[in-house]
Amino acid sequence: MAVTATLTSTERQIGIAISAGLAVLGLAMAAVAKTGPMALHGGMALVLGLALVFHLGGALYDQPEPSARRQAEYYDAPTRFGIVMTLIWAVTAMGVGVWLAALMYWPEATPPVPATSFGRMRPVHTSGIIFGFGGNALIATSFYVVQRTSRARLADAVSPWFVLIGFNLFCVWAATGYLMGQTQSKEYAEPEWYADLWLVVVWVTYFALYIRTLARRAEPHIYVANWYYMSFILVVAMLHIVNNLALPVTWGAGESYTIWTGVQDAMIQWWYGHNAVAFFLTTGFLGMLYYFLPVRAQRPIWSYRLSILSFWGIVFFYMWAGSHHLHYTALPYWVQTLGMTFSVMLLVPSWASAGNAIATLNGAWHKVRDDAVLRFMFVAAVFYGLSTFEGSFLAIRPVNSLSHYTDWTVGHVHSGTLGWVAMIVFGAIYSLVPKLWGRADMAWPRAVEWHFWLAITGTLIYVVSLWNAGITQGLMWRAYDEGGALSFSFIESVEAMLPYYAARTLGGALFLTGAVLCALNCRATMRAAGDRVDEADRPLVPQPAE
Amino acid sequence: MSTDPKTLPGADPHTGNREIDPVTGYDTTGHDWGGIKELNTPFPKVALAALALTVIYSVIAWILLPAWPLGRDYTRGVLGLDQQAMAEARLRNLTDLRAGWLNRFEDPDFAALSDDPALMALAMPAADRLFQDNCSACHGRAGGGGPGFPVLHDTYWLWGGAPQDIALTLQVGINADHPETRWAQMPAFDWMADEELSEVSDYVAAMRSGEADPDGAAATLFAENCAACHGEGGVGGLMNGAPSLVDDAVIYGQDADTVMTTLLNGRQGLMPYWSDRLSDAEINALALYVARMSDAAGSTPSGATE
Ligand code: HEC
Ligand code: HEC
Ligand code: HEM
Ligand code: HEM
Repeated sequence: MAVTATLTSTERQIGIAISAGLAVLGLAMAAVAKTGPMALHGGMALVLGLALVFHLGGALYDQPEPSARRQAEYYDAPTRFGIVMTLIWAVTAMGVGVWLAALMYWPEATPPVPATSFGRMRPVHTSGIIFGFGGNALIATSFYVVQRTSRARLADAVSPWFVLIGFNLFCVWAATGYLMGQTQSKEYAEPEWYADLWLVVVWVTYFALYIRTLARRAEPHIYVANWYYMSFILVVAMLHIVNNLALPVTWGAGESYTIWTGVQDAMIQWWYGHNAVAFFLTTGFLGMLYYFLPVRAQRPIWSYRLSILSFWGIVFFYMWAGSHHLHYTALPYWVQTLGMTFSVMLLVPSWASAGNAIATLNGAWHKVRDDAVLRFMFVAAVFYGLSTFEGSFLAIRPVNSLSHYTDWTVGHVHSGTLGWVAMIVFGAIYSLVPKLWGRADMAWPRAVEWHFWLAITGTLIYVVSLWNAGITQGLMWRAYDEGGALSFSFIESVEAMLPYYAARTLGGALFLTGAVLCALNCRATMRAAGDRVDEADRPLVPQPAE
Repeated sequence: MSTDPKTLPGADPHTGNREIDPVTGYDTTGHDWGGIKELNTPFPKVALAALALTVIYSVIAWILLPAWPLGRDYTRGVLGLDQQAMAEARLRNLTDLRAGWLNRFEDPDFAALSDDPALMALAMPAADRLFQDNCSACHGRAGGGGPGFPVLHDTYWLWGGAPQDIALTLQVGINADHPETRWAQMPAFDWMADEELSEVSDYVAAMRSGEADPDGAAATLFAENCAACHGEGGVGGLMNGAPSLVDDAVIYGQDADTVMTTLLNGRQGLMPYWSDRLSDAEINALALYVARMSDAAGSTPSGATE
């Protein structure tokens, strides 16, 4: 069924109006633009808006109206689109990651053009993977989960499309902007002011849609997964707005000055940065874990009380922890002490979540053994536990004096992102794709097993080699000989990294191979879509349209 | 919320019992979200104990260290630590440790310094770190140079290879911002006729192997235009920054094409000055290190001003 056929003709008209608005916005941007990136971004919005106008316009009278029964069905077309985007971003951004890893081993291979320099490609990897891959996965699964756990259809049919398409436009603006040298120079918040404003509109729509859907729920209580998704949406909005407050140099260029200055700027940036880890890379994915793991294992959540403790503990403690990114800097000592202690207290609620997930598997261990999909989720919970333990440890000031500026940080990052974030996403994707495309299983079930082993091997090689790399670097940098002179020159510490960088590239390549296999497997499954209905889905309580 | 178990969600209306999970033996909370249930497991004691431990750790840290803001001030902590003072103290300790041997380099009596093996055993590895961190990006890890950057481990010098000459080169740099910088420029000879340029290029390229024709027209051109800086017959050694053109050492290249480029555009290499970045003692230690690079290569420095 064509996607446009899921919309009524009124909804199609609204869609046309919004798309036309986007096209006009794009035209205006291109018209006032004084610099290439902004003109190009305006052009992209214009083309996208026009394409959508034609797409919806062509369907306006040709496609039949959706059946009246649709209010009694879940609305999964946006989730399907979001999953496809997740896979595309996964392969692209992990591909860039492997490329960057290879460049650190072999810097001479950098092509002599500005767009492919390490400094411009690096944010393409980080934004592409966190926002493109992680963000699309979060939005797509959140739509699925909120409907199932509330037994309510999404509050309307237009805004999920606005959210997903708008969010991907933001991601593409970000990545192409970096390649052209456009950046705010704030890590994970590099996109410029107009992209930031656009994201605010998208995000507010997202939040409103989520709340409206929850308000229609037919269950008496809100399931904990929804609490996590909601905290992700709400806090990311807050972080994004505060950290990106900036004055454009002119309206005609993607260039701006942040309103924050000096050490306050650094503190705001890392309050943002750390809570991006917390509310983008953690709570959203915990929501995913809290839904897909018990469903797949067919086990009840082990402890209701523990989920409450960990939810509020995580939300409360994370907010204070950002200053551990600024140990031994111009930031006052007392702020560092607070960041350190709150990071240590954060360990307990974090482990409560990981432990709750693992204990939920009690009685389903044979499934973990036999089912690679459930194994992805189990491994995700284990790595969540490992990387939060590591994080709390790194936040202790004297430990950080060894680890800071070294590859240990990057190792910690990828133990969290490969082992935890990507694993839980893959678990969710393999659970969802057969259901959403009307099949009993993936097209190539054995490829899932292969993917699992590629992913876990890749992660272990990546993380272990960078632990070694980071600790070696840290020890070399702080070594003095008996005369008080440095024992090693900097370049010697760079040379010592070569074997680790080679190993990291290999680990990353294995992980990427798994992701490519996953994308191909999903494509094969989608091509062989059936019309099987998921029996686990409870019938909806029909609700009148808003 | 009612405390009567019979009215709780999921409870049996007659007995008040709820569904018991056969694996763990716990009852469920009675909620059911699209098939997901939750167990009513009591709060695990280890979690509470762990939370208490981390809180105790934090409270101790707050008591000992600077921690909580108080309007315009903050709690100082009973240890009275200050990160600026701590960093300075650590730096001072290292400086004191180094002073033991480094201070002796303030006096540039290089012969006496080299004669003290104990001192050299401490100083030369330290100078090596300095060289690797500050110089190797241009001059190569072992002083091997590269196009545009002179070799330092050979015996050919632009400005002299005795430690005191090198020390002066380091202090003031070459063509650098220092007011007393060593200054050297290879002017452009783009005004020369094309055939003259190529004759001279071929001539200079042949000089290294000694095959240049001393009586040709090019030799005259060289004597008239170049010898003032590069010396009679291009042998150099005038200590003005112009290299000898008859020896093995090259900076940019001495094949005919590169010499042509040199003549057309001129050359003016830039060697930064270090007196702002390194102490006199460090510069002297480095100068000795660089001078000994060529000794290590098995020859004595030439062109020294001694
Ligand atoms: C930015 C690159 C650069 C750095 C860094 C640098 N040099 Fe140089 N150095 C040069 C260049 C270029 C020359 C030659 C200048 C010329 O062509 O006239 C030179 C010349 C010299 C000379 C004179 C050689 C002679 O034949 O007389 C010495 C000695 C020297 N450098 C030592 C050092 C030391 C020691 C350091 C580290 C403290 C250092 N250089 C750092 C670029 C550099
Ligand atoms: C005013 C003094 C001066 C005159 C005149 C002069 N040179 Fe030079 N020449 C230099 C200096 C100084 C350098 C070193 C430049 C540097 O290292 O950046 C140099 C470098 C060179 C080099 C490069 C050597 C190498 O190792 O790569 C060549 C070749 C050269 N000169 C040839 C000539 C010829 C041929 C003439 C005459 C047509 C000439 N020079 C006239 C000062 C002079
Ligand atoms: C209890 C939980 C955690 C704590 C206390 C914690 C703590 C830390 C610390 C101390 C650093 C190093 C800062 C530095 O020296 O620069 C760091 C870096 C980082 N962590 Fe964590 N971490 C936790 C969990 C996670 C998880 C689960 C993820 C990912 C899913 C993650 C992602 C990151 C990232 C991306 C960085 C790098 C930031 C940067 O410098 O760019 N962290 N974390
Ligand atoms: C194929 C797998 C991957 C490879 C080979 C890879 C490689 C890299 C490389 C080379 C860097 C730069 C490190 C540096 O500058 O020293 C990096 C940084 C980063 N990557 Fe990945 N990556 C992969 C997957 C992921 C995933 C799945 C995520 C997130 C979901 C992620 C998030 C990040 C982040 C947040 C950083 C910045 C870390 C920091 O600033 O400390 N990466 N990655």
